[in-house]
Amino acid sequence: MIPLLGIPTQVLFGQLLLGLINGSFYALLSLGLAVIFGLLNVINFAHGVQYMLGAFAAWLLLTNLGIGYWPALVLAPLLVALFGIVLEKLLLSRLYRLDPLYGLLLTFGVALILEGLFRSWYGTSGQPYSPPAMLTGGVNLGFMVLPIYRGWVILASAVICLATWFVIEKTPLGATLRAATENPVLVQAFGINVPRMITLTYAFGVGLAGLAGVLAAPVYQVSPLMGSNLIIVVFAVVVIGGMGSILGAIVTGFALGIFEGLTKVFYPPASNIVVFVIMAVVLLIRPAGLFGRER
Amino acid sequence: MAEPLLHVRGLQGFYGESHVLHGVDLDVFPGETVTLLGRNGAGKTTTLRAIMGILRRRQGTIRMGGVDLMATPPHRVARAGIGYVPEERGIFASLSVAENLTLPPKVAEGGMSLAELHRLFPNLAERASSQGTKLSGGEQQMLAIARVLRTGVRLLLLDEPTEGLAPVIVQRIGELLRTLKAQGMTILLVEQNFRFASTLADRHYLMEDGRVVGEIRREEMAAKMDLLHETLGV
Amino acid sequence: MAVIGREAEGLNGTRIAAALAVAILALGAPYVLYPVFLMKLLCFALFACAFNLLIGYVGLLSFGHAAFFGGAAYVSAHAAKVWGWPPELAILAGTAAAATLGLVIGFLAIRRQGIYFAMITLALSQMVFFVALQAPFTGGEDGIQSVPQGRLFGLFDLSDGLTFYHVVLAIFAIGFFVIWRIVHSPFGQILKAIRENEPRAISLGYRVDAYKLTAFVMSAALAGLAGGTKALVFQLASLTDIQWQMSGEVILMTLLGGIGTMLGPVVGAGLVVTLENTLAESALPVTVVTGAIFVVVVLLFRRGIVGEIAHWLRRK
Repeated sequence: MIPLLGIPTQVLFGQLLLGLINGSFYALLSLGLAVIFGLLNVINFAHGVQYMLGAFAAWLLLTNLGIGYWPALVLAPLLVALFGIVLEKLLLSRLYRLDPLYGLLLTFGVALILEGLFRSWYGTSGQPYSPPAMLTGGVNLGFMVLPIYRGWVILASAVICLATWFVIEKTPLGATLRAATENPVLVQAFGINVPRMITLTYAFGVGLAGLAGVLAAPVYQVSPLMGSNLIIVVFAVVVIGGMGSILGAIVTGFALGIFEGLTKVFYPPASNIVVFVIMAVVLLIRPAGLFGRER
Repeated sequence: MAEPLLHVRGLQGFYGESHVLHGVDLDVFPGETVTLLGRNGAGKTTTLRAIMGILRRRQGTIRMGGVDLMATPPHRVARAGIGYVPEERGIFASLSVAENLTLPPKVAEGGMSLAELHRLFPNLAERASSQGTKLSGGEQQMLAIARVLRTGVRLLLLDEPTEGLAPVIVQRIGELLRTLKAQGMTILLVEQNFRFASTLADRHYLMEDGRVVGEIRREEMAAKMDLLHETLGV
Repeated sequence: MAVIGREAEGLNGTRIAAALAVAILALGAPYVLYPVFLMKLLCFALFACAFNLLIGYVGLLSFGHAAFFGGAAYVSAHAAKVWGWPPELAILAGTAAAATLGLVIGFLAIRRQGIYFAMITLALSQMVFFVALQAPFTGGEDGIQSVPQGRLFGLFDLSDGLTFYHVVLAIFAIGFFVIWRIVHSPFGQILKAIRENEPRAISLGYRVDAYKLTAFVMSAALAGLAGGTKALVFQLASLTDIQWQMSGEVILMTLLGGIGTMLGPVVGAGLVVTLENTLAESALPVTVVTGAIFVVVVLLFRRGIVGEIAHWLRRK
């Protein structure tokens, strides 16, 4: 192996891979947050625990019902989305007429409740969850060995993100969503059931978080705390990218993951905080965010 | 005479604490073009918004083709057959012209097809992939009307369609509305431009301070000019 | 945020009588309740009042106030233990550190509004947390322990619970009085104008950002005063003081007690501290109860306890 900049390529690409994986989750989660925020004008603090719920759903489906990874990939997000529907209809919808900060506080409270419950039921150490047989093992690419599951995570995330982008930007359904984000009153006057659309959009964003959780389960362990530190980084991602653009959220997520990975190689102590530092820099030179439109 | 298509009685409306409509009474019969005339602040736009259910705090009677609109949730009002073209036009910036055109869902059979609409509004076909708000004011007004024509509505609510537009465009809109009227469309039109309104309408309602204070048929126009001048300050 | 309690300005007979009653209660309390519990209460009450200055009177929701509270705790603890500073200087050092941190974080966060402001403060304080986690002087997971309490001004031995209680009471009173003066001053009036109609304030020529930043730094400094004092009371500065959960707690105290009221944060802090003490012995997880209170208050009770009482009194 020829070392690159004094770092052995194995290490460099290993960290880049990890960075891309983190970036996949940043992208998926900030995408969900952006979609929810666009229509509901609410920052879903519960996004982190909904990600955790997805992972736990997959784990519980396996340990209690023997349902494996592939069905869980569909079932878990649906279950989490169902929870999202209940949450939106019962609690969140009462706050739309108020300052959006109340939505943030409500979802913060929900996050605390769920994390607290799961912590008391399952403790703080993680439960392991194995990747499906088809995705175990590694592929030797020459400059590094790529674990197949991790490659799958990156690929699946990219596909899901792009599919979401496509639906929102290029289909009539997405057009309805974009219009309702801009002027919900007029869209409703045309005969479109906007309250139902709001509920389903929230469910979709939440379902995306749940899906990310299932993808994450074999990579990180399934732990009640897996969402909370992640969500704060995702907030920073969202501030950096600006929430006006779906593509912007996706690109920013992946890019920041890579940045983080590189920092881990060249200056490990800063890897925890590099995203926040970048956020500070972006705030100084382009406060609306890299892809943002000032709202 | 037949049953009115749109029947409004004793409509009261409130913006928060503010009492803005004090009992509006009006009828629009099938095939008629009726205008709401009045000064700024008379309550014309508010009346349209109350009919559409955009103004939520309201009392009184609103019936459209027999359907009680007071009991209808806002997203079902269009399904009674009403197409709304708001004062600000409401063209979506995040949608292309084509997406703007096809956004409102069909509420009945009999709406114009896309082909017919493209023939009627060639500009819209040409600029189909442009961002909606990149169109000129007149083109946006055409788009705002075209998109509800696609949906099969029987009643058009138009709020100041000629506002801020050049005379040649105003003429085109007038021609369009005459064509629609000839095809049997029922139209309730809010207008400040009295000359424009008088060339189209079968009847005019005069509004002042949130209520209807007078009604002028086409034939009575000359006779009631004084009332008009008084109410409109023209 | 639009939920602001309004209280009559100025002094009158009832208020003086009420203040005297409070003073008597405050002086007599340590003979009824444990001084350490009361001091904890006072520190958090001051923390909540400092936070409330920002949300209640400027309309800015900071989700990262733990950085100031915990940061000051670390600095004061370090000053007292490693540099051997007397308590008054150690606490002042903590306050100054919090003010400086407030200047940096505030400068960055003020560039955005509302939701974004909240997220930025959260992210930046998380960054402070990670620095605290890794920096050598903070002692990592263990924190700084056995912080000496010393003698205040060389005269008052703070290791005596009763003495320290009176000192903390005085610190709280000073902090509360400072906030009261800020709110009822011309500066406070401008803040209020900014909160109610920022574009108008700008058009009137006020340098709105400068006012917001000044208020932010004041809030941070007072939070730091609370944190530094707490470090000496408990002789401990730890990661708990600087975590995002602590930021959430101070929000809860203020929300529960009443945003934008002077007494609300005090009441809220008292309730939350008491609640947590009680829950510590039970099997109920604290975060679940905290979260549930958040949900209930946001949905049904947005004026908070003091706010609701004030509203009810006004309607009579």
